[in-house]
Amino acid sequence: MTVKSKQFWGGGEPFIWLTGGALSLSLLLVVGLISLILYYGLGFFWPRAVLRATLSDGTTMTGQVVEREPVPGKPGEYRIKMKVANRDLYGADFQWVDESRIAKREYPADVAVIERTEWGALVGTIKEMRDGGQVVASGPQAWAAVERRLPEATRVRQEIRRIETREIGAINYEQEQVRLGLKKLELKGTAAGPAVDALKAKLGPLDERYKAQELRLSELRRGQTANMVVEADGGKQKEWPLALVVDVRFPNAMSLPAKAGYYLGRIWEFVADEPRESNTEGGVFPAIFGTVMMVFLMSIIVTPLGVLAAFYLREYAKQGAFVSAVRIAVNNLAGVPSIVFGVFGVGFFIYFVGGSIDRIFFPEALPTPTYGTGGILWASLTLALLTVPVVIVATEEGLAAIPLGIREASLALSATKLETTLRVVLPAVMPSILTGLILAMARAAGEVAPLMITGVVKLAPALPLDGAWPFLHLDRKFMHLGFHIYDVGFQSPNVDAARPMVFATTLLLLLIVVLLNLFAIATRNRLRRKYASAAV
Amino acid sequence: MGGAVQVSASLKSGGELAPIMETPVVEIEHLSLWYGDKLALKDVSMSVSKHRVTAYIGPSGCGKSTLLRCLNRMNDLVDGVRIAGSIRIGGTDIHDPGLDVTELRKRVGMVFQKSNPFPKSIFENVAYGPRILGTTNRNDLEGIVERSLKASALWDEVHDRLGDSALGLSGGQQQRLCIARAIAVEPDVLLMDEPCSALDPIATAKIEELMLELKNSYTIVIVTHNMQQAARVSDYTGFMLLGELVEFGVTRQLFTNPHEKKTEDYITGRFG
Repeated sequence: MTVKSKQFWGGGEPFIWLTGGALSLSLLLVVGLISLILYYGLGFFWPRAVLRATLSDGTTMTGQVVEREPVPGKPGEYRIKMKVANRDLYGADFQWVDESRIAKREYPADVAVIERTEWGALVGTIKEMRDGGQVVASGPQAWAAVERRLPEATRVRQEIRRIETREIGAINYEQEQVRLGLKKLELKGTAAGPAVDALKAKLGPLDERYKAQELRLSELRRGQTANMVVEADGGKQKEWPLALVVDVRFPNAMSLPAKAGYYLGRIWEFVADEPRESNTEGGVFPAIFGTVMMVFLMSIIVTPLGVLAAFYLREYAKQGAFVSAVRIAVNNLAGVPSIVFGVFGVGFFIYFVGGSIDRIFFPEALPTPTYGTGGILWASLTLALLTVPVVIVATEEGLAAIPLGIREASLALSATKLETTLRVVLPAVMPSILTGLILAMARAAGEVAPLMITGVVKLAPALPLDGAWPFLHLDRKFMHLGFHIYDVGFQSPNVDAARPMVFATTLLLLLIVVLLNLFAIATRNRLRRKYASAAV
Repeated sequence: MGGAVQVSASLKSGGELAPIMETPVVEIEHLSLWYGDKLALKDVSMSVSKHRVTAYIGPSGCGKSTLLRCLNRMNDLVDGVRIAGSIRIGGTDIHDPGLDVTELRKRVGMVFQKSNPFPKSIFENVAYGPRILGTTNRNDLEGIVERSLKASALWDEVHDRLGDSALGLSGGQQQRLCIARAIAVEPDVLLMDEPCSALDPIATAKIEELMLELKNSYTIVIVTHNMQQAARVSDYTGFMLLGELVEFGVTRQLFTNPHEKKTEDYITGRFG
């Protein structure tokens, strides 16, 4: 080896390049992934221009351009994918068109994109406004008439929805409680008596309330007489009730600020609304809520469990072969496929624990299970089991790093071992516990497989936290963003339409994990500052 | 020759302290200690006088720290420790099975070689002992903290930042904080295990000055590597070698006119 090459290798320069390269590669992958998600996730809500393409054979196609790619087998030629919508008219939302067939492109300002509660969007020109079968306005005046009537129609639709879910839901819930109360008494052998009469007396007023709400519903529904007529490509007309319109917009006529405002509105809708159209439209609020609540429940369960276990392992257990074996086992537990935890959750928590709870506390509801079926409690417990090794390992490492000196100092000040543990060791190890919790939360928020069998559903009728006593319904099934991604992306009947939703949901899940982590990191840093934990 | 050297013998041979009546606080008789099979202390007998500074000197591994840690039973924490002989502090046998070890440690405070403040505020560090002993009243605690910090000559430096983390203090300040923490529970005896070994000369001088102050209120036992330090601060000095207390006596006597050849060799530096 020459002196020069020795200098080159011995100086460590290549190693620095190697390590730097490895880091850059990892960063590149992460940045690439996040950019992809950001691009598709955020682009989803932007109101794209609507193209009216006149083909060489004279037919027109109106829709938003979604993709452009080379035509297979024809080099130099491109085709575009258009979202033509109007599923009920054409049968499919998307159409491919070869660019060579397009004779004319225009962006007419009067093309409306109408979001509906059913059947996806409607794209076309508003031709007429009808009320009870009579034409009220037509031509250019039609939109003005629609615009006037739309807020009222939306309000009525929301009111109907509120009555259906909230009011009638509450009445149904109370009726169910009465029914279960009667069943309970019957199981005890009291088929008659004052208790039974008292319960039965409740049913009358409930029935009255139900009828009143029904009446109000039918009144509201009778008022929904306004329809609009939309003309789509090829002169096809569609009459559609205003009551089922979510939103009307004219993307080609919108200015940039208007588009931006609309964009923000759509994002808000996505975050705060309930899903429509088997999850492919609308928002994901129940899934956000379910995810966050599940993570919180899991944290509440996993923290004490993991911390106590770690304290025993490190502070009390006699260090030896057995404790080492336990430690290795705990570490390896983190490598067990999560679905195995799911299966355990189903077998142990749901069938055994939940089944027992049902037999003992809810015999009146059987054979309908209360706790003997998937629910947010069981899902959280399963994930707590899955993440407990992370918390144990982090806490143990923290405990090992606490200098013997401060324990001795505490003992020398006549503190007992317990006092030392609680007053000195626990506060000092808190940042490590939070580190463990951060890792556990990140793992739990992204986990899907075990949840699919322990309580997550495609569409949950109610949130696990609401206004009906006892407010926190641990037995309820819930929605989850991770499962939502799987469901929308792979189980949806209309995959093309749902695909952007997958990216948007992924982005949201990422954001939630980041937010939860930031919260935990902020707490940890505050604790660290408080204790200024330098080497003691 | 073991621990046959008695304080009284040294006193008779005439130090300036000789005329004063000495009250023994700690009495160690025929103490031996084993770590597993290894004999660490060999038949040590001696006593520590009230309101005096007693120093142990000797080469590393001679057992001086072990002897110190016997006095508040910190050796209990080490697995496989066995003890023979007796230690009485204030007349009570500290190995009495009926004695609560926390009671003992309340009366025998300790300052460690490496400063070890808790990762808490300065106030909470000093208030820790009183809190353990059941003082909850904020005013009482404030009084104790102020008095202890003044006694450890730290008050002027930290009185305006009691809420700050103790870990932000300098090494010397941390060690004085540890002294304040130890005296906050008003022990009878204060054990100091090489309290200045990690400090610079200025911080060391401050601690030594402090010891001379504190001996008016407390009985101090100090282990030190540094013979000059022992000569400066202590009233009595014991020289230990390989687990034995070779010689014990009035400091000036031991340094100027040691009885034992081994002691002389060590203090004159002929001993490796």
